[in-house]
Amino acid sequence: MTDTEAAADVPTPGRPQPSGPPASRWSALVARVRRPGTPLGRHLRGLVIGAVIVIALLELVSPFRVSQITTLSYYVVACAGLTLLTGINGQISLGHGALMAVGGYTTALLLPAGLPFLVAILTGAVAAGIVGIIVGAAAAKLHGPYLAGATLALAVGLPGLALAFADTLGGEQGLTVDVPRPPAWFADAHFFLFGSDPSTTQYLAYIGALVAGLVLFLLANLHTSRYGRVWRAVRDDEVAAELAGLRLGRLRVLAFVVSAVCAGLAGGVLALATRLVAPSGFTIVLSLSLIAAVVIGGLGSLTGAVLGSAVIVFLPPLVTGLGARAGLSDVQAAELAPLTYGLVLVLVMIFAADGAAGLVRRLGGRLRRRQGPGTGPPRSGHDAAQESDDAARRTS
Amino acid sequence: MRVRPGAAATRIAAVAAVLAMVLAGCGAGGRSEDPGGASDVGVTPTSIKVGAHFPLTGVAAPGYSEIPTGTRAYFDWVNANGGVNGRQIEYIFRDDAYTPTQTTQVVNELVLRDQVFAVTGGLGTATHGAVLDFLNSEGVPDLFASSGSLLWNQPEQNPMTFGWQPDYEVEGKILGQYIAQTYPNARVGLLLQDDDFGRDGEVGVRRTLNTQIVSVARYTSGATDITPQVSQLQAQGADLVIGFTVPSYTARSQLAAQQLNYRPQWAYSNVGSDPTLVGGLLQRLSQGQSGPNPLEGVLTTKYLPGPEETNDPWVQLFSQVWAAHGDGGPLTSFRIYGMSEAYTFVQALQAAGPAPTRQGLVDAVERQGGGPDGFRGPAYPPFRYGPDSHAGMAGVAVARLQGGSTVPLTPVRLTDNGDAPITDAPAQERPAPPPQGIPTVVPTGS
Amino acid sequence: MQQFLDLTLSGLSQGAIYAAFALALVLIWRSTRVVNFAQGAMGMFTTYLALLAVDAGWSYWAALLLALGSGLLLGAFIERVVIRPVENGPELNPVIVTLGVFIALQALASLLFGAQYRSFPAPFGLTGLQAGSVNLAITPYGLFTIGAVLVTMIALVALFRFTDLGLRLRASAFNGEVSRLLGVPVGRMLTLGWALAAVVGSLSGLLIAGGELVWPAYMDPLIVYGFVAAVLGGLDSPAGAVIGGVAIGLALSYVSGYAGSEFAGLAALLILVAVLLVRPAGLFGRATVRKV
Repeated sequence: MTDTEAAADVPTPGRPQPSGPPASRWSALVARVRRPGTPLGRHLRGLVIGAVIVIALLELVSPFRVSQITTLSYYVVACAGLTLLTGINGQISLGHGALMAVGGYTTALLLPAGLPFLVAILTGAVAAGIVGIIVGAAAAKLHGPYLAGATLALAVGLPGLALAFADTLGGEQGLTVDVPRPPAWFADAHFFLFGSDPSTTQYLAYIGALVAGLVLFLLANLHTSRYGRVWRAVRDDEVAAELAGLRLGRLRVLAFVVSAVCAGLAGGVLALATRLVAPSGFTIVLSLSLIAAVVIGGLGSLTGAVLGSAVIVFLPPLVTGLGARAGLSDVQAAELAPLTYGLVLVLVMIFAADGAAGLVRRLGGRLRRRQGPGTGPPRSGHDAAQESDDAARRTS
Repeated sequence: MRVRPGAAATRIAAVAAVLAMVLAGCGAGGRSEDPGGASDVGVTPTSIKVGAHFPLTGVAAPGYSEIPTGTRAYFDWVNANGGVNGRQIEYIFRDDAYTPTQTTQVVNELVLRDQVFAVTGGLGTATHGAVLDFLNSEGVPDLFASSGSLLWNQPEQNPMTFGWQPDYEVEGKILGQYIAQTYPNARVGLLLQDDDFGRDGEVGVRRTLNTQIVSVARYTSGATDITPQVSQLQAQGADLVIGFTVPSYTARSQLAAQQLNYRPQWAYSNVGSDPTLVGGLLQRLSQGQSGPNPLEGVLTTKYLPGPEETNDPWVQLFSQVWAAHGDGGPLTSFRIYGMSEAYTFVQALQAAGPAPTRQGLVDAVERQGGGPDGFRGPAYPPFRYGPDSHAGMAGVAVARLQGGSTVPLTPVRLTDNGDAPITDAPAQERPAPPPQGIPTVVPTGS
Repeated sequence: MQQFLDLTLSGLSQGAIYAAFALALVLIWRSTRVVNFAQGAMGMFTTYLALLAVDAGWSYWAALLLALGSGLLLGAFIERVVIRPVENGPELNPVIVTLGVFIALQALASLLFGAQYRSFPAPFGLTGLQAGSVNLAITPYGLFTIGAVLVTMIALVALFRFTDLGLRLRASAFNGEVSRLLGVPVGRMLTLGWALAAVVGSLSGLLIAGGELVWPAYMDPLIVYGFVAAVLGGLDSPAGAVIGGVAIGLALSYVSGYAGSEFAGLAALLILVAVLLVRPAGLFGRATVRKV
């Protein structure tokens, strides 16, 4: 329900608008939102539908699934930012786990100071954004493997700070995070709507879902904005973009900052969900699983970021469970998870380079074609063409 | 050339809908928020469900992944002999790859989905630290964490959590005192892992040996080479080095010393001195120039018998257990550790009575677990459990590695954190294993 | 002074190990334009095979040959089966495939060989040498490592500079289409490039393992530092890889000895970023090959 509030956070008739007769601006906006063709309208609609589904999920599924949704939410936030950087702007980063650490540690440091957790998370995002400016400025000069190497070194080097400044950052043992309990207004509203008090697990999932929903909404608009187009242009043909007068360096840094802010937000949610930030939580494995999720889902696609994150969160326990049921020892079954995960990465790249999102799209396209012309919205066909075109032209 | 993510947003919704159906399909359905923790979650008339998290994959898997196999073998042994009060122990352990984020996830799974009655033996300071708050706020008994951190002993803040092994401070105090008495002129160097293990160990050693310390070198877990650290100890003239190191770094410190031709008297924490593991590894390395075990003469501490002590009745019992329910591998010190923890857990379960509740289990450990008449088993020292203490074992014996085994140099010495004095344990022997190898703790009035 | 000498010499041995790893990365980059993240896992896997052979009573040298031979086959197999289908796609795809191979191979090794620590014997002594009364923190085995790395580097330079095969390897990697028109069997060259690189990778795995502990993740830290060394050297030049490796080895040794080992990773990051900001294609890379 917090999501729907956010969705409703468009100007209301009561609020004065900066210029023009309020009523006519309002109706123009309503028209924009209503018309399915405009991006904003579709994104808002998606946000509302998504919010309804997420709320239904959080109220209906078991507490363990709720906690998985929290985990999913921080992966989604980080992957959405990374897919913008790598998929849309063409810069690879193997070091986003370190940026998540910046957000997570900032959140963990600010919470005991009595700040509301949302302020703490947002400050964490700003801190990650500032680091992103520095890293992005360096990254803008680098290409391909050099960029991969530099960001990899970032993922390995930055957590060392937590050990070097063990007094403030807690060293290897990390900092514990006091999880916010549901405030009274939230509990009341929850009770009013669903007739039960929310558990802490549910409250955390709501926070995660809220952040994820807002990030997806904002990024979806950014994708369709002028910046999205410009970023793609830079990715597809640097020389042409430069000739067209675009400032490549500045655009690259901007993309890096946006995705760093997302990583910072994700780190903040992770800190709440894990109740601890420690260097061992932000290892190179985290950075690599982010890039893996983005690729499995389909580079450059927000749907893909969600699907890829779901694979990362749900696949390992599933495979381990299957292995144990098939009679493997627990230790062997545990190794099945990384084994499958590695194989999935390879297979996706070989057989479906546009990832799960591409697969869904192609299946959808085939269905539509079978249904005959006219039933599906024509734009989707155009989208599909555009996305596969994008996938084909991806270069870094 | 426009607008694809717009459609993406609606697609996200569609995907979420599919996901919803999938999730609802596999969800366990009804919630079971248990008020107050006075519950029987995970207990049926015929079974009792217990969970744990261990690094089964990744960097910390070597060694540590063997602990839960030992625990499982012992629980299977108990189950084959009728279980505890007629209940079979159902033991579930999950992989956290030694990363706190994954620990949170698997412990959520254990508590929320598997609905375990209690968690036992969760391994690692940062990893288990991540779930401390969760387990305590959910009212899940968190018995016998597998690490010597001082975090587990906070009965006010974390009433459900208990330590098990001697904490590193206690170990450091006793080892330091022995060295101060036996080597009063030694110039002591410390080689410390840069986390709570090294830090607490240093605190303990400094309480009894402070003035003799001439050099402190710290290495980060994950460092590829610790020659620089050992070189520092050598340069600063240490002629006795105490290492709070994990097994792989014990081996590396020996290799580095060999490279530097540095031959101080070595002493290692119990954590890193497994003669079979580390000694065996080192011996194989110097293949071709077969010398004595490189760890020969090294000082260490002990609180459990090692697998090489085949005359120890407890090791004989555990060999039997492992032969009957093990997975075919050798009986290692990690597995003995896991079995010993399981033994204490069975004692706690028996003390909680025929109708165990979560709170009842915790109360039983506080009431009956501590002191010389408390839960005694394979470990030499008694536990410190009580209403005001959730600390694990009260001490260690100082020992020397000799002929591939650890030979005690002192009786078991007991102490506590802080300035508590160090005393020799009463000469009273550790009890022999009970018949059937299953403890017989009788619950006392609650 | 003694400590400085110790740090220098142990940094050199360590640097030789990074260099060995970096050489394998450079070879694969030069012959196929792919950064192989699976290099470490492949070297680990063949080292385990050698360990099995040693356990079965083989001599060190026979086991070494077995590891190199199985590395050759493994490299060719991986190129043919999983790299070939993505070779002509976007640059990121092979990178992701090698990441996948890395993760899967490591899990497979844990399943097949167990996740315990094992020790890998060294063919030479592990005790530091002495010159008069001065102790030198370098072991006979360390000297062997340095020698093996130098020989490999010289062989690679000779291969690329003086042989027809080297020229064809470079041509196929640089521009497959044109090479094909000129009659170079590009497919076979790519397979060969991977196979040769995997041999060097296997050698690096063995050199690192000798006189050390082996477990499925033992190459992990080296992947990062070896990669940093290769990038530092420009990814394109065998000599650059060796210099990059030694530079990283020395730097990490000094930083770890004088500032603390927690700064090692940070130091690697700072060195890399500093060098790349001045020379975006590494110390010895040629900027002209950057864009086509």
